[in-house]
Amino acid sequence: MTTTLRPAPGDTGSTVEILSVQQALNRALADELDADPRVLVFGEDVGVLGGVFRVTDGLQARFGSDRVFDTPLAESAILGTAVGLAIAGFRPVPEVQFDGFAYPAFDQIVSQVARYRYRSRGRLPMPITLRVPSYGGIRAPELHGESTEAFWAHVAGLKVVSPADAHDAYHLLRASIRSPDPVIFLEPKSRYWQKGPVDLGNSGGADGARIVRPGRHLTILSWGAMVDRSLKAAEVAAEDGVDTEVVDLRWLSPIDTATIVESVGRTRRAVVVHEAARTAGLGAEVATRISERLFDTLRAPVQRVTGYDVPTPSGALEDEQIPSVHRILLGMQRVLEYRRG
Amino acid sequence: MSEPTREQEREMYRFLVRARALDVELVRWHRQGIIPGFPPSIGHEATQVGAAAAIDTGRDFVFPMYRELALALALGVDMRAYLANHNGDWNGGSFDPVAAHVTPIQAVVGSNGPHAVGWALGQRIDGRDGVALACIGDGGTSQGDTHEAMNFAGVWRLPVVFLVTNNQWAISVPVSQQVAGGSIAARAAGYGFPGVAVDGNDVLAVRAAVTDAVQRARDGGGPTLIESKIYRRGPHATSDDPGRYRTLDDERRDGGEDPVIRYRRSVRERGVIEESDVAEVDAEAARWVEEIRLHLTTLPPRGGEELFTDVYEELTEDLLEQRAAWEESTRA
Ligand SMILES: Cc1ncc(C[n+]2csc(CCOP(=O)(O)OP(=O)(O)O)c2C)c(N)n1
Repeated sequence: MTTTLRPAPGDTGSTVEILSVQQALNRALADELDADPRVLVFGEDVGVLGGVFRVTDGLQARFGSDRVFDTPLAESAILGTAVGLAIAGFRPVPEVQFDGFAYPAFDQIVSQVARYRYRSRGRLPMPITLRVPSYGGIRAPELHGESTEAFWAHVAGLKVVSPADAHDAYHLLRASIRSPDPVIFLEPKSRYWQKGPVDLGNSGGADGARIVRPGRHLTILSWGAMVDRSLKAAEVAAEDGVDTEVVDLRWLSPIDTATIVESVGRTRRAVVVHEAARTAGLGAEVATRISERLFDTLRAPVQRVTGYDVPTPSGALEDEQIPSVHRILLGMQRVLEYRRG
Repeated sequence: MSEPTREQEREMYRFLVRARALDVELVRWHRQGIIPGFPPSIGHEATQVGAAAAIDTGRDFVFPMYRELALALALGVDMRAYLANHNGDWNGGSFDPVAAHVTPIQAVVGSNGPHAVGWALGQRIDGRDGVALACIGDGGTSQGDTHEAMNFAGVWRLPVVFLVTNNQWAISVPVSQQVAGGSIAARAAGYGFPGVAVDGNDVLAVRAAVTDAVQRARDGGGPTLIESKIYRRGPHATSDDPGRYRTLDDERRDGGEDPVIRYRRSVRERGVIEESDVAEVDAEAARWVEEIRLHLTTLPPRGGEELFTDVYEELTEDLLEQRAAWEESTRA
């Protein structure tokens, strides 16, 4: 599929390290700051502290406070400042500290960042990467565990991406920073401490979706923290002889329709898993793309396993909201056992 | 600060007259259906022309809102391209913002303040001496973004001049219902930088105030808030009905002397411009306005080819598909 992503430089040959997602993101920021003097990292507590999740740890000491700096506590101005810096020819990589605090910056993101290239007829592109620690799963307080992807994916001019593991965290962040278009980069905070192999010298491709587990009987389509859970569900189902394919969408805008259609065209059954609320969520978009292209092929209606249409609940109830392995298995069962009436 | 030369004064006068002539005609053209609507800058001319005279677009950058027609004109923006915003041709106008050092016309009140701050921060990082001019209205000072911008600029001592044009009204709401504390200029103290109030109907006073602020910013002295006190002499926009919230008597009383007439009196009295020149400047402005009318009325019908370009650097698969569907729909 065509996106404007520039592959990270290098793909210089394998150098594999075991890193956590948080370390991989930190490494990606350092490598981009190193590679391009126009890259700037800023936000609340990203400097001396290194970010509340330590994703920016050590960057200010290494690159100086002109390139990595704390801002006053104001999300709208953080994004507005990024717009002005982009006009001045920089590549801003702002952070908002938690998903729910992107809401105060909504106007700057939607009315300004997303539209500036268009309204200036290409003269003022916005190569901004907004990093957002996202989704639930860590028992955080209110508005620290929201799933915001559908808001951003609905907005023309933005790109939206969400890594699921350390390798992708590293390469997708580098690709995002190099993108000439604004990217909302949603980091699954429940995965920050998950370690995995990162091939620093070989991205394996940062475009589009990725089949993380091949299978024949049905396709699970997912992203972010839900990819791991979908893989667990696939393992459980395998014990009953169900061969599940798991696709990590990665890019939530633009969506890689070709890979979805290729996979579901083979398996003929699809389940979309996301932790965001169901109504008008991205599951609806994915299901529609499948039915538009594969209506006659499908063996069953596309199922959605999602959060409920409730405000993101507090820690004690968040396990009810976020799809469990059990709920994913129930969704898989519905498509596998579907019979035409 | 340096006094303007005779030629600079004559040029400012020409800009005032042109801006007024164009505004007056644009209101007519709206009634004739030539443009769908626009917010006139009548009464704002002295503030805007005075501010423009203090700006060097070779190195400074201007972040206007939607009522800065006279400012854009005096900064050298092609008015035909500027008016693309108001005739419905292209959001933000179709002038080149990089060449003009003027951002596209801003529709969201308050949001341009943080942009000016970001650009000014970039100047500092790059070790350049450019200054950002952010244009805000009295209503716009109520926006959180304006506060956030001034706070950022104050904390970081950035080269930003916040030009707040207090025209007494935000559509129908008077400034007394908008601004607590009675003074916009006084707010600067809370952000740790100077705030000055200026008679915005006096083009020379505005030029002096902005020149001082720009110079201080260039010298590393940080931001300034300038409250330019004027009166919005027309409707908020062509769709507005000021009769619902103020009377013609109010307008005559509160408006004071018209800033264009006032400057004409001044340049005449001081011999900067002769009586014969006055007529010539008017005639020149009228010819120029007529050229713009011809341009607007002879624009070819708009094709939709540009609909999909510049959303992203390259067309995405989805947009390619949608463009193909659009092309098909135009054939059917
Ligand atoms: C964020 C936002 N809210 C509302 C509007 C609608 N609106 C357009 S102009 C205006 C009044 C602005 O008044 P002021 O800032 O004093 O500037 P003026 O129009 O008087 O020059 C309003 C409410 C807007 N453009 N942006």
